[in-house]
Formats: sequence, C-alpha cells, structure tokens
Amino acid sequence: MYDKTVRRRRAVLGLLVACSLILLTAYFGETGSGALHGVQRGTSEILNPIQEGASRALKPIRDLFGWFGDTIDAKGQVEELRKERDRLRSEVLTNEIRTSDYDRLSSMVELDGALGLQDKGLKTGRVIFQSPTVWYATVRVDKGSDDGVRVGQPVINEEALIGRVTEVFGGAAQVTLITDTTMKVPARAGRRSEFGIVEPSSAGNPSDLVMKFTNPGARIAVGDRVVTRGTEPEDRQESLYPVGLPIGEVRRIENEGTDTQEIHLRPFADMRSLDFVQILTNPRGGQ
Amino acid sequence: MITPTPQLIARLAAVGLLGVIVQTAFVSQLPIAGANADLSPLLVMAVGLLCGSLAGGSFGFGVGLFADVVSLQTLGVSSLVLLGVGYGAGRLREARDPEGTLVPIAVGAAATLAFGIGFALLQFLLGVDAPVSWPLLRQLLATFVLNALLALPVYALVRRCLQGALPEDPRRRRRRAYTTGGLSPLSRGAEIRR
Repeated sequence: MYDKTVRRRRAVLGLLVACSLILLTAYFGETGSGALHGVQRGTSEILNPIQEGASRALKPIRDLFGWFGDTIDAKGQVEELRKERDRLRSEVLTNEIRTSDYDRLSSMVELDGALGLQDKGLKTGRVIFQSPTVWYATVRVDKGSDDGVRVGQPVINEEALIGRVTEVFGGAAQVTLITDTTMKVPARAGRRSEFGIVEPSSAGNPSDLVMKFTNPGARIAVGDRVVTRGTEPEDRQESLYPVGLPIGEVRRIENEGTDTQEIHLRPFADMRSLDFVQILTNPRGGQ
Repeated sequence: MITPTPQLIARLAAVGLLGVIVQTAFVSQLPIAGANADLSPLLVMAVGLLCGSLAGGSFGFGVGLFADVVSLQTLGVSSLVLLGVGYGAGRLREARDPEGTLVPIAVGAAATLAFGIGFALLQFLLGVDAPVSWPLLRQLLATFVLNALLALPVYALVRRCLQGALPEDPRRRRRRAYTTGGLSPLSRGAEIRR
C-alpha cells in the first residue's frame, strides 16, 4: 500500500514537471502568434473584465494603504523638497528671462510648440493589472482594440513616456514599461541632442535607466533632460515614439568619455504608482 | 497522503483562482517599502502543509500556470517553481508533520525564498539580459519579509476555506488518540504483558 502511494506520488510529480518543461519549451520556441500564445490571449480576454472589476472594487482599500504609505514618505521628503524649492525658485527667475528670449526666437523660426500631442489620438485608460513579479515590468490598461489601440503604440502618463503597447485585446491592452529588460528606446539628450539608446539598468529597478551607445565626446551633463528621438530623415524605419516625449533626467555618468560610457537617468514617471495612462493611438499625428 | 475528493478539488480551484486574481488586481498594485507581497508561494505552501505533497504539487502547478496565463508571462516558469514549492511543503508535512503555531511563518518564508531563487534562476536560464543589482535583491528581500508577515494569516485563511473538505488524516487521528487517553501500540503491548 505504502509503495503504491509513493509510486503514485512520484508519477504525478514527474508528470507535472514534464508538463511544465514541455510548456516552457514550446512557449519559448513559438512565435507571438503561436497556439500557446493564442490560448494565453484568449484566457486573458475572458479574465480581463473580472480583473477590471476586482481592481475597481479593491481600489478604495488600495488607496487607504497608499495614503498611509504616502504620509510616511511625505515626512521623509520634506527636507529634500525644501532644497528643491529653493533651487526651483532660482530656476524660475532664469527661465523667465529665457522665456522672453524663447518667444522671440520661436516666432522667428515659426516653431509651433515642442510636444503638440493633441493630434496624436490620446486615449486615457486606467491601469487594471500590474505584473506580480519584478522580472516583468508590465501593466494592463482598460483600453483595447475597440478603442483603436494597436501593438507598438507609445504610452505616457501625466509626467513622461512610460512604455509601449505589446499585446492588445478587445477591451484591454498590455503595456511593457520602459523599465522592462526587453525595452529599448531611441533617445536624445543634452543641448546638442546627442543620440543614445535608453534601457533599464537592471531588472527590478524602476528608478534607474541607462542611456547607452552615446558618442564618447557627447556633451551631456548631470541634470540634462532625456527625451525620445523620434524619426530622423536618414532613418530607414520610422520610430515608434514621436519626437520629444520626456523620459528622464541625467543623474550620473559612468566611464565618461569612453566607448563604454553609460549615462544613468531617473525616469520622470513613477512606475510603481501608475493609475491613469494615455495611449498615443496616432503617434505620427495627422489624419 | 490525502486522497483529493471532488469537494477538495473544487475548493482548491476556487482558492487558486481567487488568490491569483487578488494578487494581480490588488496586492501587485500595492507597493510596501518599494516591493509587493506575493501570495502565490504562500497559498501553495499552505495547501502543501494542509493537504500533502500530491495536492500541494498539483495546486502549485495549477496556480503557477494560471498566474503565467493571466500575466502573459512565459508559460511553465511559475508552474515549475511552484510545483516544487508545493511538493516540498507537502513532503515536510508527511515526513515531519510540524505542529508549532509559527511553522507557517518559517515554511512561508522558505517557500518565498525558494520561489524567488527558482524564478530568478529560470529567468537567467531563459536568457534574460539583466544584471543582478542591489535594488533587485532589496526587492526580493522586501518580498521575503512581507510574505513572512503574511504567511500566518494566509495559512489560517486557506485552512478555513478547506475546512470540511479535508479528510481526517490517519496520522493525526492516531496521535490525537494517544494524547487523549487512547493506547499507542507500545503501551498496548505493555498492557498485554501485564
């Protein structure tokens, strides 16, 4: 009897391990349109309304927990914010002078505005799901193909670029954040718009991005803003991201002036507390 | 080893389904100290401790598969690791039968650690191009601490959900008989000799 029990236990264990390995191998080997991906998408399609309902129902409790966390964080940030206020005051004075210069210059070059996202087909969505593991930086929003959302469209929040759409369902879309290890964003920084590729510095670190492949002689300094590069006339393929979407601010530079120069930046967007996001359903603008 | 009844299977399915939905819709969106708790290893650990290795392993496989499907992650990664976690917790119950009140905390923490390390190893084996950084380790550590704190309530909740569906375990029944005045085989032998 005991032997039979042990044999049965081991057989089930072996069967389940084999199932896992087969699934893993098959999933890893197939393309995005393969059968397992299809099953996964179909199941997600069914579960999205449940998740959305659960997310909405549990939001008050999340907010309550968030309030406690924010209060504790806020106390720790008072001193830091005071310093920033002083710095910003002096910057405001400088910027006022620059603004008047800018107004004159912009009328000269007939610049219509730096970002001008109004014609990019912005769709506002609510985050209904966040990846439970640090290895995947993804969120799901309640806007999908029914709202004109397509794979590859950039996603922003009220602060900056946060990622791009990687899967689309009828009423929801999966967004891979720029802090995911699979993401690379062409960007530019500094006064001379130096080119580079922004990617996460490591998995599970949403507050540090790194800009690589910059020119060793690039004039980039701490505090410079990093924005999306957009498409240049000489590019063979059009960039997924329109020009000038803010990404982050340069914090430090490693191996400065060498081929392995790495520019670390802090993203403007707080990836840990995403609530509402906007999808650029017409990133190239126009009709 | 507990033979799963249809009632037990139904309850386990409900616990797994609800657990993953609560995890993705609530717990994952609630950062505490820069990290999130992860209910999956705790649920699997609780089922393993309550139902044994066969049910624990199968439940771990199911929960992992469901989590991978819902999160659009590589299928089979979570199920493989959680299968090991559930089986391990179940074997611990069958071989050692730990009784202390704080056992779920220790086993829950160990399950979280095993899940974190196993998941990371598989990610690296699958070719994730990411260096191990201090923030990553800090997040894993924070999740470990949060899960250790949550282990006891999760265990109690799972036990409550499964109560009534768990068949009487012969080993526990036998031990209860000894402690409440019943005769163990040894003392019975002594009685006969007398």
